[in-house]
Amino acid sequence: MTAASLTADGVVLDRDARQRRRARRWATALTLPLVAFIGVTFLAPLGAMLARSVHDPLVADTVPETIAALREWDGQSQPPAAAYMVLAQELLAAREQRTIGQLATRVNRVQGGMRSMITKSARKLRSAQTAAAAAAEPPEAAFWREALIDADDGWGEAASWRALQRAGERFTERHYLHALDLDRDAAGEVVPREPTQRIYVALLVRTLLVSLGITGLCLLLGYPLAYFIAHASPNRANLLLLLVLVPFWTSLLVRTTSWIVLLQSQGVLNDLMVAIGLIDDDGRLAMIYNMTGTFVAMTHVLLPFMVLPVYSVMRAIPPAHMSAAASLGASFPRAFWRVYWPQTLPGVGAGALLVFILSIGYYITPALVGGRTGQLISNMIAYHMQQSLNWPLAAALGGILLACVVLLYLAYDRFVGVERMKLG
Amino acid sequence: MTFLAGPHRVSAALALAWAGCCGFDASAATTQETLTVASWGGAYARASRAAVLDPFASESGVAVRLTDYNGGLAEIRTQVQTGHVHWDVVDLNTEDLLLGCEEGLLMPIPVAELPPAADGTPATADYPPGHVTDCGGAMLFFSFAVAYRQDDFPRPPTALADFFDLEAYPGRRGMERKPEVNIEMALMADGVAKADVYAEMSTQAGLERAFAKLDALKPHIVWWQTGAQPPQLLADREVAMTTAPNGRIFNARFLEEQPFEMVWDGHVLNSGGFGVVRGTRHPAAARALVLYSARPEVMGRLSGYIAYSPTRYSSPAAPTHLATGTAMAEHLPTSPAHRATALVVDVEWWADNGDDVRERFVSWLAQ
Repeated sequence: MTAASLTADGVVLDRDARQRRRARRWATALTLPLVAFIGVTFLAPLGAMLARSVHDPLVADTVPETIAALREWDGQSQPPAAAYMVLAQELLAAREQRTIGQLATRVNRVQGGMRSMITKSARKLRSAQTAAAAAAEPPEAAFWREALIDADDGWGEAASWRALQRAGERFTERHYLHALDLDRDAAGEVVPREPTQRIYVALLVRTLLVSLGITGLCLLLGYPLAYFIAHASPNRANLLLLLVLVPFWTSLLVRTTSWIVLLQSQGVLNDLMVAIGLIDDDGRLAMIYNMTGTFVAMTHVLLPFMVLPVYSVMRAIPPAHMSAAASLGASFPRAFWRVYWPQTLPGVGAGALLVFILSIGYYITPALVGGRTGQLISNMIAYHMQQSLNWPLAAALGGILLACVVLLYLAYDRFVGVERMKLG
Repeated sequence: MTFLAGPHRVSAALALAWAGCCGFDASAATTQETLTVASWGGAYARASRAAVLDPFASESGVAVRLTDYNGGLAEIRTQVQTGHVHWDVVDLNTEDLLLGCEEGLLMPIPVAELPPAADGTPATADYPPGHVTDCGGAMLFFSFAVAYRQDDFPRPPTALADFFDLEAYPGRRGMERKPEVNIEMALMADGVAKADVYAEMSTQAGLERAFAKLDALKPHIVWWQTGAQPPQLLADREVAMTTAPNGRIFNARFLEEQPFEMVWDGHVLNSGGFGVVRGTRHPAAARALVLYSARPEVMGRLSGYIAYSPTRYSSPAAPTHLATGTAMAEHLPTSPAHRATALVVDVEWWADNGDDVRERFVSWLAQ
């Protein structure tokens, strides 16, 4: 027993403090499963994805000696003769180990045409290898240089070696440059890509604008609805809330495809307009498989994320505030603007942020109803994940999108304050 | 008798169910081995089953299960890289057979090990160059060609250029949602000779020219993504003309009696065949299927079910369509008349430049 616990008071205090500490430890331990869950299912994949966008060791691991031989090379002059020799040998080895295809695919992404150059050279080098093995003494570097250029003229050009050098960077920013429609020229300067190859910046801007538009539409539709629910009689409010929540609980796919049924050219809405003579049969409106479809379906899908936080904030505003403003002589618009609206801002901020962040990453709805023109950057990421299999580029695009969200969040925190946000 | 047969049937059914759900490897001798084959679905998969897979199953005792996919290497790469290989054999375009082989996604099957021709000619000398890889040879030739409804046009289209001529032949056009074939057709319709198409595509100006030609058609194009769609689009009158795999149009015309007709001018000839996914749990059976499908007489059987032709020189194509008795000669993409108007797809060109062109195509689509 310690001296402190000898006095009656001291014993009680000490035990209290110890109990509190134990309770805190317990509480911390109880959150551990969640922390572990988030770490495994969220942070780890996110980290792996971001790592993939800058770390690409495959080429450097497959032809390490060649990359080492090119380290001192300036990128313009004749590559060192030693590089030809080690490249020839490493290509032969890669063919043996069946890693040549992956190597060729990576280098081909830096410069189109290098895939067949590499695989063909490896194929043709086999005869040179046989000749070298038959010779009395191992041939010199010049022999391999000739053999490589014989296999493909491209090895005589500095551009091919530059591509190899660039693909061999273990840590690289080139996927981010690509994702921003930039590239490095022969001198290593960052330059814009050819106009026909610029894709992503325009798509990113479009995605941000569309998300902004959808957020605005959700606010325009959601705010009056939330106001109406918050001020309706309890019975009616419950019914209306249910009407907001039922679609919220309905599968996303079902809601999106029902918009297809409604909006397509042979769909309900067009049939109706033709029937009442608003448009004629040849003039059916294209409301889906384009930007309109993306806007309509996404606004509908995301509307509850606006209505619910705004509604919960409105319910907490005492009716007395508006009455007080009225009794002091303010007209309804004035009272609304000066008294009511400012108090709903935390809900509006939360709803807007939620809708905006969800919509810039939205993928399935634009894929289904966006057609050719209603595609967003997320669809391009999906394309690179599933079809072109250019995962580093997909990761870089995802990283940029993530950076946009983080920037937005920080800006929101700076100007509005995250602690003022109310989700419900 | 019936009294006794009942319980016996039940126990047999139970045994079967047991074998199906929980069969052990130890009982492999009694449990039938099952190969999963990924193929292109629809009319083609039915033909492939009837001509190749079912006869293989009865010869080898290995059961074959078909599953559908839309081409490409993405799924195979995922399976191989994650180690969860659940496809054993995949029906691939030759381009993907070549790429997948180089990338180590497919099991090597050297040409020399493929069965020789009936007269003893080794397989190495029996395939047209470019249609055989280190992981197996192509099994069939197919073509992408323009198809239309006979009842739609008083003066039927005869040339590839008619597909791009909206004034003389109004109506929407179906095209596959990828640049392959479309770029080639655009250039041929714009007056580039067949022999120069890939040289033209290798220049920046040539690609510009192809996209400019497609630009004019763009508002009228309905994009399809699986081979079963184009006949459906034509049947529903969603489009007036469409590019399509020739076999699908043939089957819709002769089996379903649709009034479809083909324009053989400037059709794009390609080939495809089986490859074995690396890491399959049934390597021996999968390899046996590839060797079986490479027999000249086996690949020739396919023409009896769908209008695709065998790749090997020594392989005799079935002369008539089994179900309808149609003479096949004029419907096969490699018949002498059609051979003359065909552009043979340059597999290497697409393997080299496909990534760039596809990326550009996707951005062009969204503009």
